[in-house]
Amino acid sequence: MEKRAHISGWTLPLLLILPQMAITVIFFYWPASQAIWQSFLREDAFGLASEFVGFENYVSLFEQPEYYRAMVTTAIFSSLVAFFSLACALLLATQADKNIRGGQAFKTFLIWPYAVAPAIAGVLWLFMFHPTLGTLSKPIKAIGIDWNPMLNANHAMTLLVLSATWKQISYNFLFFLAGLQAIPKSVIEAAAIDGAGPLRRFWTVIFPLLSPTTFFLLVVNVVYVFFDTFGIIDAVTGGGPAGQTTTLVYKVYADGRLGGDLGGSAAQSVILMIIVIALTAIQFRYVERKVQY
Amino acid sequence: MAGVTLDTVRKIYAGNVEAVKGVSLGIEDGSFCVLVGPSGCGKSTLLRMIAGLETISGGEVKIGDRVVNQVEPADRDIAMVFQNYALYPHMSVYDNMAYGLKNRGTPKDEIEKRVNEAARILAIETFLARKPRQLSGGQRQRVAMGRAIVRKPQVFLFDEPLSNLDAKLRVQMRVEIKRLQRALGVTSIYVTHDQVEAMTLSDKLVVMSGGQIEQVGTPSEVYRRPETRFVATFIGSPPMNILPGQVEGPGRVSVGGQSIAVTDMREGLIPGSAIEVGLRPEDVQAGGVGTSSLTMDVDFVEELGATQLFHGKVAGAEFIVQASTGQLPADTRKLTLAVDPGNVHLFDPQTTKRLGRV
Repeated sequence: MEKRAHISGWTLPLLLILPQMAITVIFFYWPASQAIWQSFLREDAFGLASEFVGFENYVSLFEQPEYYRAMVTTAIFSSLVAFFSLACALLLATQADKNIRGGQAFKTFLIWPYAVAPAIAGVLWLFMFHPTLGTLSKPIKAIGIDWNPMLNANHAMTLLVLSATWKQISYNFLFFLAGLQAIPKSVIEAAAIDGAGPLRRFWTVIFPLLSPTTFFLLVVNVVYVFFDTFGIIDAVTGGGPAGQTTTLVYKVYADGRLGGDLGGSAAQSVILMIIVIALTAIQFRYVERKVQY
Repeated sequence: MAGVTLDTVRKIYAGNVEAVKGVSLGIEDGSFCVLVGPSGCGKSTLLRMIAGLETISGGEVKIGDRVVNQVEPADRDIAMVFQNYALYPHMSVYDNMAYGLKNRGTPKDEIEKRVNEAARILAIETFLARKPRQLSGGQRQRVAMGRAIVRKPQVFLFDEPLSNLDAKLRVQMRVEIKRLQRALGVTSIYVTHDQVEAMTLSDKLVVMSGGQIEQVGTPSEVYRRPETRFVATFIGSPPMNILPGQVEGPGRVSVGGQSIAVTDMREGLIPGSAIEVGLRPEDVQAGGVGTSSLTMDVDFVEELGATQLFHGKVAGAEFIVQASTGQLPADTRKLTLAVDPGNVHLFDPQTTKRLGRV
């Protein structure tokens, strides 16, 4: 029998959820609704007056080739970061899961990058790979590559992917490690007796059993790349060269803050919000309905 | 088919903890060997060393004529049934059983033939498409068995396979395992802490304690003639009663001043020296008259249906007597116990070894 406490009246329950509700409303619903309202307005160049323009901001947004380019950039950026950070984290987690000497220290060090602020991580990588100052650019140049993330869009993207991936590996590593430790040891042993070598064991038993974790992380990573990489982009490339590394979230900032087009910027954030809500919804449905076993 | 030979096998864990202390044992081809002992006696570690899941710190493990110390589990030609079944949760029952064959590159039609045959033997044909989570404990147990038999290995290893089942199912599966092993004739090593399972399943019973073998023998040998006090009290339920006594002379000991005749007694024991006298609860005749007898103060009675257990004290030591129901009134306070000289077991109080005829 389930035991439930019965509270009569509405005062206490309301009082208890009030702080949580207040924070959600003040920091999420209010700005979100403001953004939605703003996306229907157009401001003059000096921010002195605004008029209601309906869906005009959205229409003009989808007429901009830059917006489509930002979409493509975001897609490339997020798939690269998600893939590499998941793959590296999984590799590291499988190694850390083995009984090795100093394993605990290994795990602790792997978690550290997560504590570094995005902008600082960006600056760190920028310094290492700066075309003239960077310690690591020299060996790259020495093998005959004209390395310059300031001018070459591919180089800039590579650098962004590197720094964003580096920062996200820790988070993924933790989840993968927990996922691996949740797999009963005897199942792996049974597979070993059943004649599966380490690699085959991984792909036919461990990886399928990790699939709920992997899917969860995929969604979280995509959301991370969509929003949290803003600091890294701003510090490393500032969306350049020539807007080639401007992602959707960076464009919101560039158009609104730098370009002064608040209405257009608001429209973009509304679209971003819809994308993330959709992603989260898919994740919840999937995780609830189709957990692998 | 092949037998298994262990030669002074040791397992030493980090921190110099010796879990298995030099065990030597020969298991004949096609026989059913049960390793039994309390938790932490090293029986599971020993089994896992035979399986190749634990490294061997010392000694030699042979399957057939081959030393397998350095051989991978997959190449030892063994199959193992785990306590928690260790089924692959994401695979169907069919795939669970086929996995080991697939890994070895068995042709598809051969896999199908073998899996279907195993499924028929174990009566799980109707579940082949299901996932393990859709099965009951007993059915999962069958699938685990199926996964072992499709491979037609040299040796079956069982690691407490029935301990997750309820009591009724356990009895049923126990009988099935025995029948299956007889039919297939595969050498089997079975680890359990349940002495009933150990007695009923084994051709060869190995009692372990503290990382060492206490006694090896057929179940009836181990029951009839336990070599140490540990074996005497571990095998048999309720356990054997141990009373403090003294040597009187050849074939005679005394317990609490009462003299008892003993058939199986070592010669040359010094009269007056301390000795431990073991009597099984089912071997003493409550209320009977015999050549030697003991008196018992009864504390309480446990009703088991067909039998009753009288708990009390003999010569100051705890004592249990088993009697058929109705043989004695339940309010009995004092009992006279008739002791058959052939049923008395003697142990050395220091070494705890049996002091029987050499």
